[in-house]
Amino acid sequence: MTMSQQTQLQQKAKELLTDKKTDLVIGYGIIETGHVGTIFITKPEQSDRLLWNEECVDNLVVYLKRKEVKKLGRPAVVVKGCDARAIAVLETEHQLDRENLVVIGMECNGIRARNLLQEKCKTCDVQQPPHCDFVIENPEKPVTQSDPANRYARLEKIMAMNTVQRLDYWKNEFSRCIKCYACRQNCPMCYCDVCVVDKNRPIRIDTSATLKGNFAWNILRAFHLAGRCIGCSACSAACPAGIDLDLLNLSLAKAAEEHFNYRAGTERNSEPLIGTFSPEDQESFIR
Amino acid sequence: MSAEPTATIFEPKVIAFVCNWCTYLGADLAGTSRLEYPSNLRIIRLPCTGRIDFNLIVKAFENGADSVLVSGCHPGDCHYTSGNFHARRRWILFRELLNTLGIDTERVHFSWISAAEGAKFQKFITEIVEKTRNMGPYSAMKEIVALSD
Repeated sequence: MTMSQQTQLQQKAKELLTDKKTDLVIGYGIIETGHVGTIFITKPEQSDRLLWNEECVDNLVVYLKRKEVKKLGRPAVVVKGCDARAIAVLETEHQLDRENLVVIGMECNGIRARNLLQEKCKTCDVQQPPHCDFVIENPEKPVTQSDPANRYARLEKIMAMNTVQRLDYWKNEFSRCIKCYACRQNCPMCYCDVCVVDKNRPIRIDTSATLKGNFAWNILRAFHLAGRCIGCSACSAACPAGIDLDLLNLSLAKAAEEHFNYRAGTERNSEPLIGTFSPEDQESFIR
Repeated sequence: MSAEPTATIFEPKVIAFVCNWCTYLGADLAGTSRLEYPSNLRIIRLPCTGRIDFNLIVKAFENGADSVLVSGCHPGDCHYTSGNFHARRRWILFRELLNTLGIDTERVHFSWISAAEGAKFQKFITEIVEKTRNMGPYSAMKEIVALSD
């Protein structure tokens, strides 16, 4: 008989904890508020709290960088295909002790937040999670019709505007930003101990939520992810103002693919895009 | 008492972030060669184009620049061997981001000007100042700044 993915996951977690292969399992579960959230499991008998369904929105890789999580010992983390790419990028940037990390990948059929299939899932090409130690297969194979070739199609709606309209669009979007930095906190790639916006000597970016400060912050956040963003959309999902931050990341991902044939997180042990160079890099705008 | 001028003539403000070893010396050469170029340029000298953070470009616009120039050594001539190669890769991506945001890429200029190219410096600066003058003040950005006070 076939077991559901959730049961398989619980068994795997139990096994890992019992065999002391890992000290901690970071997974999805029901939290105090009654919602699907993140749970941290340290004992085998807790593993039946682990949950897997279409509402597992968060990218749990984000917790691997946290000091308080590191203290708990060798972790195992539950990931979707998109999240798994974050592991590859962090590994490339020497941010993970991959030897002492267990990655449990879930074959994924698309994530629905408030019953709506997420945009990223419509063009997903990682229903089979890459870079994992274990993959928990879906007994009913993925059925979502995704269209990876059109992964940048969402950009067309803004790129069809002229420059002035585009600036107006972003002005309208960024005017809602309250500088809560939820986008940063939920991003698996933002791991600096002290973020530049938190440095106050010199103040590079307005600390209050002024329009110019919001522009500067969002430009900075997007560009620090250039060639690194794996498109998990955790930033967009976290944004309380509903700004489609993913569009900025997408435009940089598109640029990276067009100019350098580079997609972050698709390969393990690739070199970071920014931080390396080639004398043959081509451009047409430098005079 | 002299009468106030009725119409103010627009004088563009162009901020140039230049590398210490090539473009800055190129500007110096233009000066010592008595090559005249518009005084609308404000030069900010940095060690290397590799040091020129994209944030500086944003900051320049925040502080009222009508256009920005980033300039350094020709590829292969970097004083630090590879700073300009790193910079080039960064700019390729950064320009795409600016474009997506609707920030006018016609107002962000990049060039390679060596220490021997005083004449190129003069010619290029004249060209971008004139171009900016024709485009007029960057009012869209100034509006964002005005809304921020």
